[in-house]
Amino acid sequence: MNELFKKGRETLGREVRLIQGNQAMSEGAIYAGARFFAGYPITPSSEIAEDCSKVMLKVGGVYMQMEDEIASIAAVIGASLAGAKAFTATSGPGFSLMQENLGVAVMGEVPCVVINVQRRGPSTGLSTKPAQGDIMQLRWGRHGDQSVIALCPATVSECFAMTVTAFNFAEKFRVPVIVAPDEIVAHMRETFSLPEPGEVEVIDRKKPSGSPKDYKPFVADADGVAPLAAYGSEYVFHVSSSMHGPDGYSNNDPANAAWRVAQLHRKIEMHRDEIVITKNFATEDADVLMIAFGATTRASRAAALELRKQGIKAGVLQLITLWPFADREVATLADKVKTVIVPEMNYSGQVAGEVQRVLGSGADIRRVNSYNGEVITPQEIRRVIS
Amino acid sequence: MSHATGVRYLKEGMLPHMWCSGCGIGVMLGAMLRAFEELGYRNADTVVVTGIGCTGKADDYLVTHALHTTHGRALAYATGIKAFNPKLHVVVLMGDGDSVTIGGNHFIHAARRNIDLTAIIINNFNYGMTGGQVSATTPGGRYTSTTSWGNPERDFDICALAEVAGANYVARETPYHGWEMKELIKEALNKKGFSLVEVFSPCPTHFGKNNEMRQTREMLDWLKEKGLPVEQYRKLSVAEQENHFAIGKLVDRDATDFNTRYEEIRARATAL
Ligand SMILES: Cc1ncc(C[n+]2csc(CCOP(=O)(O)OP(=O)(O)O)c2C)c(N)n1
Ligand code: SF4
Ligand SMILES: [Mg+2]
Repeated sequence: MNELFKKGRETLGREVRLIQGNQAMSEGAIYAGARFFAGYPITPSSEIAEDCSKVMLKVGGVYMQMEDEIASIAAVIGASLAGAKAFTATSGPGFSLMQENLGVAVMGEVPCVVINVQRRGPSTGLSTKPAQGDIMQLRWGRHGDQSVIALCPATVSECFAMTVTAFNFAEKFRVPVIVAPDEIVAHMRETFSLPEPGEVEVIDRKKPSGSPKDYKPFVADADGVAPLAAYGSEYVFHVSSSMHGPDGYSNNDPANAAWRVAQLHRKIEMHRDEIVITKNFATEDADVLMIAFGATTRASRAAALELRKQGIKAGVLQLITLWPFADREVATLADKVKTVIVPEMNYSGQVAGEVQRVLGSGADIRRVNSYNGEVITPQEIRRVIS
Repeated sequence: MSHATGVRYLKEGMLPHMWCSGCGIGVMLGAMLRAFEELGYRNADTVVVTGIGCTGKADDYLVTHALHTTHGRALAYATGIKAFNPKLHVVVLMGDGDSVTIGGNHFIHAARRNIDLTAIIINNFNYGMTGGQVSATTPGGRYTSTTSWGNPERDFDICALAEVAGANYVARETPYHGWEMKELIKEALNKKGFSLVEVFSPCPTHFGKNNEMRQTREMLDWLKEKGLPVEQYRKLSVAEQENHFAIGKLVDRDATDFNTRYEEIRARATAL
């Protein structure tokens, strides 16, 4: 047994392993109760499919390699409506292919999780290199007027935890949740110890009760979310990509459409405080604030430590929830600092643009961008201060 | 003996339906619901998955479980449902555009997997819903709203495609033969593995209008004349076959279906 295992056993009473972000996400999914995976291999996400292909058979679940990503997300939605916690994993090109059917999950309020490991584009791009170029696609990738939730882990432990959280949000709010680490986080190995069952909260979707003939799959409770039956139960129900009424049947009435569209947005707005997850590092007295997510969080923290050694009070706001955007958290912290820096692995400053929207067009936001498939270093971030 | 009507699967208050007079979709739906009834299908055990098009509208009239999906992808959704819960009866209703034009990839793969779904395809040789544009099943030379001087492309034979891709059961019928259609659908539903019933169907509003079969019954008469029982069709010379098509049961075999194979592999994995 190696040292790591031994040390973990002694201090934590359980095994500590050195695992990859991708593996932590597949373990998170299984821990959360996922029992259906459909996907199509693509670098840098394929390890998730490979893990699931082995483990699903053992835990009574189903793994399917579909003919493409369009079919993968379709099968995930079908399985979810049959009662499964279901997910898929992909990267750029595959994520693009999934958009139309992901819209069905929004419209039909079907819980599901999509892992999109971000790689450098555009197009096929640099398939093995990291990027954070899909931030806007996560939010706006689908046509129409819709909302989803997107989470972005920065460590292997967060890969696990945020995948469990993604399933919890998906089940609780009947919405697709996207977990979008960059390639660095997905392929990075760190020590990790699997929580015991029950140690981390796992949430299941609300089931209907009462008379099956009165069941309306789109009439929300006070929490903004309707209970969801499963195909095969006595609660016979319809789900539709077309505009539908409270019972799931086609409905072209303008008042109905307005009610449906607003409801899809509102259930997320209502629970915004629960959904928006951020972490603060040394922000209490900070003059310089880095707003970071995924791998850039790590470089930002290193930069902040270095800057503090030089007498500059620097801190980091880590955005774990990318969508809905952390407007309030950004505004509150940015208000107290002199300088805001947004490092991100894209040319267009996708998160910097959101921060600008929150702070106003006059705010001085220093951007640090990399778009060559290489990471942003702490030195590159520090450079914008001096 | 009283005859099955299929009414127990029909949604109250949704009729009259949206289909044009002379359209074949209603005949197919009637045959399917009678087949359900004769097989004793419970509404709660049955899932109808639809694509997008005139055919794809059918779920609105039903009180089974239903999923109305995207254009071309119905079989992929149905695959997820059936793979996760093999006990359900899963039936997929699609147009020719849905099933073998935009959705051709899912069609061949569903047949290859031999997953225990029943696909019913209304092949009306064009895109009914969007105004009668050309489809992968529009015969060469035929007129549609996007082939005003005749179709330069060739058409798919959906049944042949299903056969080579691995379907366990393949049949073709026309709305002229409603009773036979019901019987074929029953066989398809009973068949373990991927089963297909293709319905050559009139679309008087578009395909008929564009191809000198404007009156409601002209396309139906055309289908009746051209369709020959498969035994009779197979006796024709190749040249004569060009002018006809086969109806009835074309393929019937018992290759192991996806879910059974999956459970066999699971037994192997869990034994280790
Ligand atoms: C991705 C996508 N492309 C195009 C359309 C527009 N569209 C709706 S139905 C249809 C064709 C329907 O033809 P078919 O599947 O043969 O069904 P029919 O109406 O003839 O029954 C098209 C192209 C769509 N809904 N989605
Ligand atoms: S347009 Fe054609 S396919 Fe559509 S309902 Fe009318 S006749 Fe039927
Ligand atoms: Mg058609």
